[in-house]
Amino acid sequence: MTAETIIQSLASGLLMGLLYGLIAVGLALIFGLMDVVNFAHGEFLMIAMYASFFLFAFFAIDPLLAAPLVAAALFVFGAVVYLLIVRFAVRAKANAGMVQIFSTFGLAIVMRGVAQFFFTPDYRSVTHSWFGGKTVSIGGIFLPQPQLIGAAVAMLAFGGLYYFIHRTDFGRALEATREDAGAVALVGIDKNRVFALGWGLGAAMVGLAGAIMSIFFYIYPDVGASFALIAYVTVALGGFGSVFGAFAGGIIVGLVEATTALILPPSLKSVGIYAVYLLVVFVRPRGLFGSM
Amino acid sequence: MDTDFAKRRRRDLILAFCLAAIAAIVPLFVKDSYVQNIMVLTLMWAALSQSWNILSGYCGQISLGHALYFGIGAYTTTLLFTKFGVLPWFGMLGGGLISAVIAMGLGYPCFRLRGHYFAIATIVIAEIGLLLFHNWDWAGAALGIEIPVRGDSWLKFQFARSKLPYFYFALALACVAWFVTWWLEDSKWGYWWRAVKDNPDAAESLGVVVFNSKMGAAAVSAFLVAVGGSFYAQFVSYIDPESIMGFHISLLMALPAVLGGIGTLWGPMLGAVILIPLTELTRSYAGGSGRGVDLIVYGGLIIAISLARPQGLVGLFSPARKEAKQ
Repeated sequence: MTAETIIQSLASGLLMGLLYGLIAVGLALIFGLMDVVNFAHGEFLMIAMYASFFLFAFFAIDPLLAAPLVAAALFVFGAVVYLLIVRFAVRAKANAGMVQIFSTFGLAIVMRGVAQFFFTPDYRSVTHSWFGGKTVSIGGIFLPQPQLIGAAVAMLAFGGLYYFIHRTDFGRALEATREDAGAVALVGIDKNRVFALGWGLGAAMVGLAGAIMSIFFYIYPDVGASFALIAYVTVALGGFGSVFGAFAGGIIVGLVEATTALILPPSLKSVGIYAVYLLVVFVRPRGLFGSM
Repeated sequence: MDTDFAKRRRRDLILAFCLAAIAAIVPLFVKDSYVQNIMVLTLMWAALSQSWNILSGYCGQISLGHALYFGIGAYTTTLLFTKFGVLPWFGMLGGGLISAVIAMGLGYPCFRLRGHYFAIATIVIAEIGLLLFHNWDWAGAALGIEIPVRGDSWLKFQFARSKLPYFYFALALACVAWFVTWWLEDSKWGYWWRAVKDNPDAAESLGVVVFNSKMGAAAVSAFLVAVGGSFYAQFVSYIDPESIMGFHISLLMALPAVLGGIGTLWGPMLGAVILIPLTELTRSYAGGSGRGVDLIVYGGLIIAISLARPQGLVGLFSPARKEAKQ
């Protein structure tokens, strides 16, 4: 193992990690807002990838250009999911935790079923996109262009999200609702509206990630499952609900995965991520940046 | 107060006995092997869900990684039998004990975690187990192991000609899991678990050893689930990591309890009786023609029940019981 291979894999781990952060941040945002873990998060990613694939296949729109469209579509989808399902799940009087876990699980299963029904279980991929399959060499290190683009989009998205939360009225409403949903109602903010927008925003972020991922990943109905688990680990690692934590968690996960792949057989690369998650929560049961 | 509760418990026991007796004679009339297959699976998942319910329902530690113990049970029996010729009965016991020990070993660090951190830790641990078995060549790696046919016998727990022996074993397993729950419900442990579930801090301050009671629940739950896994391996006679330890196994264990009523005595049974036949039927009728329809029905049902009846279906049958629980 030369120094070059190590730098090479750490660099691609970092790029992938930024993308993991982007996948996970929607989950963190929603959790921070209303203490709900969306167990259909991976399926949100899956439909975003399909949306990007079909925009490419039918209208020849490159995934990079499609990304804002996919994000907008997912925004609507996320808000609708909140209004139709989650809104009722959080009102449950008995077994509240269970109800929100299993209603979103049910949604995940339905979404997979719908994808199988309409899109068939076949593997699909976006061929001949602008950046697909191309690499760029920086000082002897070869980096895949799609991942570079993904990392850039992720950083822009995080920057945008930071600005949005801290500088806009809606962002302030979001923060206020997360602090105290009851008090917020007293000053005339509609809690349901904020939650719906929060779900929309969270889904839009994963939509952005899905569009980028469609450039270099196969697309199939179960694709969300493995990324969802990584997203939960990312969010929990950072500390549930912390947007910055998701960003940092993503980078850690990407680097750990790359390092594990250097040491263990490739099929075991996720073991490193899981082991780091366990280590972190055993030492800090609230994750790295979690409060409470 | 004692009388009502004692009466209810006696009624439960009699009801269970009657249901088991009725279940025992059903396959004498229903000879169709497809239907018998569904009945075996229903009883097995009922038993598994009942066992899962001990840790996750009664004690409130939601595990989404019980596939690990199911897999350990299945692999212990199968490996001991195929590699060393050890009879499945010993494998079953051994797998159960190994799982119970592992559950306590994992519980030691994990039970400090709460809520989602705990649930995700269980998923992640089961996933590590899955990946390790995937890469373990001696244990068949990703291809899995086939259990060689050695002729029908109770000793080797193999029956190629008839499903009846499997049916009766599954029935016995469901009865044992039910009875263990019934018995624990009124034991010291049962009260501790409910206290831990409702408010661990208050329980601790009242002298409940929270940590030990979680460990106890984990051990009992893992033991029974591993026995179920051993049984399943014998039943299907072929195991591979994905089909035995995949996340869907953990989910399938949780769902009957959630639908029927989590943390209740009858919930897992009721949930399994509704859910498993429905799953199998939609899979065979809709699965072939329009792939995915089974998932849509199944997922839709989960959403509908968890939103419409968060306390589970069991309350529908006896409103008085719900009162007694509160």
